[in-house]
Amino acid sequence: MFQFQELKKSLLVSLWFAFLTFPLLVIKVDPIERTVLWRWDNMLYVVLGSFAISILVRVFNVQKERRRDRRASNHTIDREPLMQVVLREPRYLYPLAGAALLFALLFPSLFSIYQTNIMITALMYVVLGLGLNIVVGLAGLLDLGYVAFYAVGAYSYALLNFHFDVGFWIALPIGALLAALFGILLGFPVLRLRGDYLAIVTLGFGEIIRLILENWNAFSQGPSGISNISRPGLFGIDLSLEGSILYMYYLMIAVVIFTIFVVNRLQDSRIGRAWIALREDEIACQAMGIDKTRTKLTAFALGATWAGMVGVIFAAKTTFINPASFTFLESAIILCIVVLGGMGSIFGVIVGALILILLPEHLRALSEYRMLAFGGVLVVMMIFRPQGIVANIRRSYHFEKKPGGEGQ
Amino acid sequence: MSEPVLKVDNLSMDFGGIRAMSELDLEVCKGEIVALIGPNGAGKTTFFNCVTGIYNPTGGDVHLHPPSGEPVRLNGLKPNKVTEQGMARTFQNIRLFQNMTVLENVMIGRHCRTRSYIAGAVFKTKATRREEQETVDKSYHILEQVGLADAVNDFAQNLSYGAQRRLEIARALATDPFLLLLDEPAAGMNPQETSELDELIKRIRDGGLSILLIEHDMKLVMSLSDRIFVMDYGKKIAQGTPEEISANPVVIKAYLGEDIDA
Amino acid sequence: MEYFIELLFSGLTKGSIYALIALGYTMVYGIIGLINFAHGEIYMIGAFTSFVVATVLSIYGFPLLSIVVLAGIAAAVWSASYGYTIEKIAYRPLRHAPRLSALISAIGMSIFLQNYVLLAQSSDFQPFPELIPEFEFMEPFAHIVGSAEIAILLTTAVAMVALTILIKFSRIGKAMRATSQDRTMAMLVGINVNRVISMTFIIGSALAAIGGMLIASHIGSIHFFIGFIAGIKAFTAAVLGGIGSIPGAVLGGFVLGLTESFATGYVSSDYEDVFAFSLLVLILIFKPSGLLGRVETEKV
Ligand SMILES: Nc1ncnc2c1ncn2[C@@H]1O[C@H](COP(=O)(O)OP(=O)(O)OP(=O)(O)O)[C@@H](O)[C@H]1O
Ligand SMILES: [Mg+2]
Repeated sequence: MFQFQELKKSLLVSLWFAFLTFPLLVIKVDPIERTVLWRWDNMLYVVLGSFAISILVRVFNVQKERRRDRRASNHTIDREPLMQVVLREPRYLYPLAGAALLFALLFPSLFSIYQTNIMITALMYVVLGLGLNIVVGLAGLLDLGYVAFYAVGAYSYALLNFHFDVGFWIALPIGALLAALFGILLGFPVLRLRGDYLAIVTLGFGEIIRLILENWNAFSQGPSGISNISRPGLFGIDLSLEGSILYMYYLMIAVVIFTIFVVNRLQDSRIGRAWIALREDEIACQAMGIDKTRTKLTAFALGATWAGMVGVIFAAKTTFINPASFTFLESAIILCIVVLGGMGSIFGVIVGALILILLPEHLRALSEYRMLAFGGVLVVMMIFRPQGIVANIRRSYHFEKKPGGEGQ
Repeated sequence: MSEPVLKVDNLSMDFGGIRAMSELDLEVCKGEIVALIGPNGAGKTTFFNCVTGIYNPTGGDVHLHPPSGEPVRLNGLKPNKVTEQGMARTFQNIRLFQNMTVLENVMIGRHCRTRSYIAGAVFKTKATRREEQETVDKSYHILEQVGLADAVNDFAQNLSYGAQRRLEIARALATDPFLLLLDEPAAGMNPQETSELDELIKRIRDGGLSILLIEHDMKLVMSLSDRIFVMDYGKKIAQGTPEEISANPVVIKAYLGEDIDA
Repeated sequence: MEYFIELLFSGLTKGSIYALIALGYTMVYGIIGLINFAHGEIYMIGAFTSFVVATVLSIYGFPLLSIVVLAGIAAAVWSASYGYTIEKIAYRPLRHAPRLSALISAIGMSIFLQNYVLLAQSSDFQPFPELIPEFEFMEPFAHIVGSAEIAILLTTAVAMVALTILIKFSRIGKAMRATSQDRTMAMLVGINVNRVISMTFIIGSALAAIGGMLIASHIGSIHFFIGFIAGIKAFTAAVLGGIGSIPGAVLGGFVLGLTESFATGYVSSDYEDVFAFSLLVLILIFKPSGLLGRVETEKV
């Protein structure tokens, strides 16, 4: 199937990468001891790795070409992927969702407390992903400063708890509301901007908030952060550490279900359709009578609300926060979850979060390469599968044909 | 002449020193089909964009006269406000919501005539459910009118070119306009589709709407229009009935060398 | 007064580096309308390459002048190669995709490169060898302006003049200008647009690499994270000047450098980065076309 020509091209690619990575991957200097380490083995890995990848990409492209030709020649409509069918048909979806729920509820008794703790983190990212999904996936607003709202939530609980001894359950709605308020305040000036500028401005805002938290000692206690934040209470009972992890776990399950419920209802509603239309074509959307600013602002504020909520939970879970938890990379991870899973798809985002958070936790050997992989995932997904692992599906409607109708 | 629904005076548009349209006057009356024609680059689409609030015109006035109530000055209104006033449009280079279904595209048009918001959506209140059902029914009805009832659940991007143009019209109709602006609705259609479009436009007019249309297909223009405006280099060079226009030497000169598909 | 001049020089020095990086942003944006988020990383890779090469050469006892020249060439060559490769891998396949897809790809690329250098080299600050010695004759002014600052200003000035000549008079420069005006038209008149785009990345990356080497040797240390902040600041400079405009990028770089220098000198140094970010946010909100940019209405 493969021409010699193709192999030669791949060989050239691998040589090119050997050249490219030579100074940084092969040479390692120690400027203090004044020694040089030549890591030629790395060059070998690069050559082999890039050769293999190059071949894979070629195969992929050839197959894509073939599929396109086949489609063009016999006009068959693609068979719907299995996953889409399962997600669309209630008779498959409901039992599956039930099984997943059962598994989630039994999780702590099946696995160790350590595993449960990791799962809590993963579930927090599920909710963050679903929240950002409203903004990026549905409304098409690339928010690179999402972590700022997460920080607002976390710091509002931490500070309220520190100064006024406010409890978790009161702080939860306050944190969410404050984040929403921030979302509206920031959204007002920036949402007029074009997509890519919006991305950069939100990134700027995110960084400003982090830098302020880092430098304004009187307010936020600076880089040393706030510690001894109370864990959530259960009717005034003091829980053991293990008990509070379990409590936290079930709390997160409830929050995830609540979020799925809300997002699911929103995306097939009047406002949800408006978001998607806005993502598809802003100008046409306005010409169809949709108030651009208001619709964007709603999406932005709603997304922020969820970030704020998870922020409060995060502060309560770790009992210690500092600005280092709220860097741009955090925003990038959440974005990566949405992009990998499938923009606009609830199921996709859940899958994306579980993969991206659990995988590096369980494959410790890989955790070093975590951020490298996240960056790579963003690029690869955009090029090969922009719709994500699980493409969004739209609701279909069924009508009785009226006998006297004018339809053809 | 009956009462006007759209009145444009002295409308001008500059793009960084380049005048794309200058001092244009135009009027559309109730129940009329008016055509706006002219060679490529004459400024016809620019005219639509200025009238519908997509561009902010450099000078001039646009007034819309709703069937009931006071005339509204459209200058400076945002496009969504213009649409709310009862004037809807289609786009020359199709701007559908490609990753939404055909039905959803039309349902977007209902947006400005419906009210439910977040709380309604989350709690599925009675009012929301009723409104949603109405939206679906109305949209489906419109799709039946334009002949797309069989494609409701298809993605807009999978439609044929002609069907996409009709979907654009359906989407605009869903906003309940009394004046419809069509930008080259027949572009890319085969003769069969064009003659169906001819009928569709007449049917829409008979339903009580006024129509302003940009079109290069002269046969269609001559068959449909009550009156024709001709633009060239951003200026109006002629106006009149189809007979007057086809006999007008200025128009013929403007089109000389242009191919008129008549 | 002396303090003022000191701040002035440090502002100009910073500004010239920002300008050098901003040129890459602005040229790429002018031609393919993409915010090349990974550009800051290219700058970092340039700095790191020069660090590795200069250290190796100095360990092997090469004379200073040859170290400076070779490290500079290596930085420019490798950065340009990275820029070229990134465009081919991560941007070219997305040229007809929605704008945001390419931007997400660029962000991914930036994170990838940052962590690549982190893993391949080190997560710690590394001391950068001193490439520009203090000259004797500078002694009376040394507390106001160092020879490194003079060297940076001179080098950037030369680079900018060379770039201007290249763009004004060379074939490829003319092709670049034509492509940024109207890509389809350029293609029709027979310009190889892919080559022009590649050239743009190559030139922009080489300039950034020079900037990276100069600033790292001036500061005296290097770290894999320097590209992020420098990238954002240079982007701010590009937007401030009017993105897409080459003189704008230079102007924007200097304005930003001076603002930062005086703001940190007279107001507070804790918030140095906050000034830059705030400036970025304010310009994008109030004057997104920048000082020298054109206002454009999207054609509908
Ligand atoms: N946003 C814009 N910026 C700059 N120039 C513009 C813009 N929109 C339109 N123009 C210019 O205005 C002139 C008129 O364009 P317009 O699209 O209105 O022509 P038209 O009559 O619709 O032509 P066609 O029949 O080809 O659709 C053209 O020269 C065009 O280049
Ligand atoms: Mg037109």
